[in-house]
Amino acid sequence: MTYLYSIGEYFLMLKGVFGRMTKGSVLRSLIFKEINDLILGSMGIVAFLSFFIGAVVAIQTALNLNNPLIPKTLVAYAARQSVILEFAPTFISIIMAGKVGSFITSSIGSMRVTEQIDALEVMGINSKNYLIFPKIVAMFTYPFVIAISMFLGIAGAYSAAVFGGFVSSDQFILGLQDDFIPFHLVYAFVKTLLFAFILSTVPAYHGYYMKGGALEVGQAATTSFVWTSVVLIVTNYFVTQLLLS
Amino acid sequence: MIEVENLKKGFKGEQILKGINYTFERGKTNLIIGQSGSGKSVFLKCMLGLFKPEEGTIKYDGKPYSNFSDEEQRELRKDIGMLFQGGALFDSMTVAENVMFPLKMFTKQKKKESMARVREVLDRVNLEGAEDKMPSEISGGMQKRVAIARAIVNEPKYLFCDEPNSGLDPTTATVIDKLIQKITHENQITTVIITHDMNSVLEIGERIAFLKEGLLAWKGTKDEIFQTDDETVTDFVYSSDLFKKVREAQLKGY
Repeated sequence: MTYLYSIGEYFLMLKGVFGRMTKGSVLRSLIFKEINDLILGSMGIVAFLSFFIGAVVAIQTALNLNNPLIPKTLVAYAARQSVILEFAPTFISIIMAGKVGSFITSSIGSMRVTEQIDALEVMGINSKNYLIFPKIVAMFTYPFVIAISMFLGIAGAYSAAVFGGFVSSDQFILGLQDDFIPFHLVYAFVKTLLFAFILSTVPAYHGYYMKGGALEVGQAATTSFVWTSVVLIVTNYFVTQLLLS
Repeated sequence: MIEVENLKKGFKGEQILKGINYTFERGKTNLIIGQSGSGKSVFLKCMLGLFKPEEGTIKYDGKPYSNFSDEEQRELRKDIGMLFQGGALFDSMTVAENVMFPLKMFTKQKKKESMARVREVLDRVNLEGAEDKMPSEISGGMQKRVAIARAIVNEPKYLFCDEPNSGLDPTTATVIDKLIQKITHENQITTVIITHDMNSVLEIGERIAFLKEGLLAWKGTKDEIFQTDDETVTDFVYSSDLFKKVREAQLKGY
């Protein structure tokens, strides 16, 4: 029953988010601030992880190709498929659930604890719209992060495979182009957009409706990470079933 | 003026407010006092529209709040200033941005005009020069004064204060009390203050409502509260040693 109540509360929150809008000029500056905090602030960790994950995928694939009948180009093919289909959109989103999600929950939760949300409501401001809507809009730029992650993942795979002496540069580029299905990119970006929405709203829900003090803010951030990850994984399953089956 | 008639509110089967009738007068500091758990904060939140009462009416200048359309409620909220217990300043904004916030949200003033108004209000609360400081860089007393500045920047008709001097030293608490009283008199606004600080009662208690277990147990002025023999009130008023000794001295005729 508690879960059903929370799900209902989450959708009611979404209704409130898209309810009475905050003044346009204020909203615009909030959106830019959120892009800076949520997106640009995450670029470093995303770039770092993507590069090394791509490299590890390439090395592991290369080390497992013992059969001389399997072409070396498969290293690039496997890296490309892994990075585009799963590692960039899903793995990075799980990382973002920890980084961005915890940030959203704790920042909104702290505002709840210190009565800043009450202050907004007393002033006649739709606090859900003021706090959550800019985050949702900012997260619509998330596909750019994933695009960069895909590029760096493949760059990492190239570096590890070529400079590690597993394949030649030509073989890698040939494998990269081998049997490429453009729809896989559509699939990856469709789910990235859904993940962006989840990453901004599920942690916001946990922050907005939290009760208690500083300790509970920490607990809410942890719970938020767990539930955001669960929702991401379940959504990933359904989107994959719908688009790729 | 705010009139409250038969206000009732409960949570999860427990009745917190059991039918309160009271009138908060304009141009006076109206204090709500009572022990923790007596329903003061719930009462305040009902008046602010943060909680919906189960029964009863709250009238703002004669018009029941429940009859207000959404647009009218929003308009009314522009006339309300609120000073929260912890100040509730926005952490990510400077002092000036905090004070400017209501102007930015509800007026079409240019930044220069807004800034002039912000400086004027900050001067009034003796915080000139603090514009660029962050809330974390100033003391608790200064934070309260910034919160007062933010509450009055839009020239509200109604000012609500939730324990305005909690966590402050006695000197700063007196400064805050006097400041609220001065603003109330000068702007002729209806000020409602929740407190359980008897020093505040002594300083600015022009009209006092004493709540006990969700009911209005007593009402009067600061002079009357120290004269009354009503036990429910005296138990609360003379609970501190200092006031107890003053009371004993009074009774002995000193």
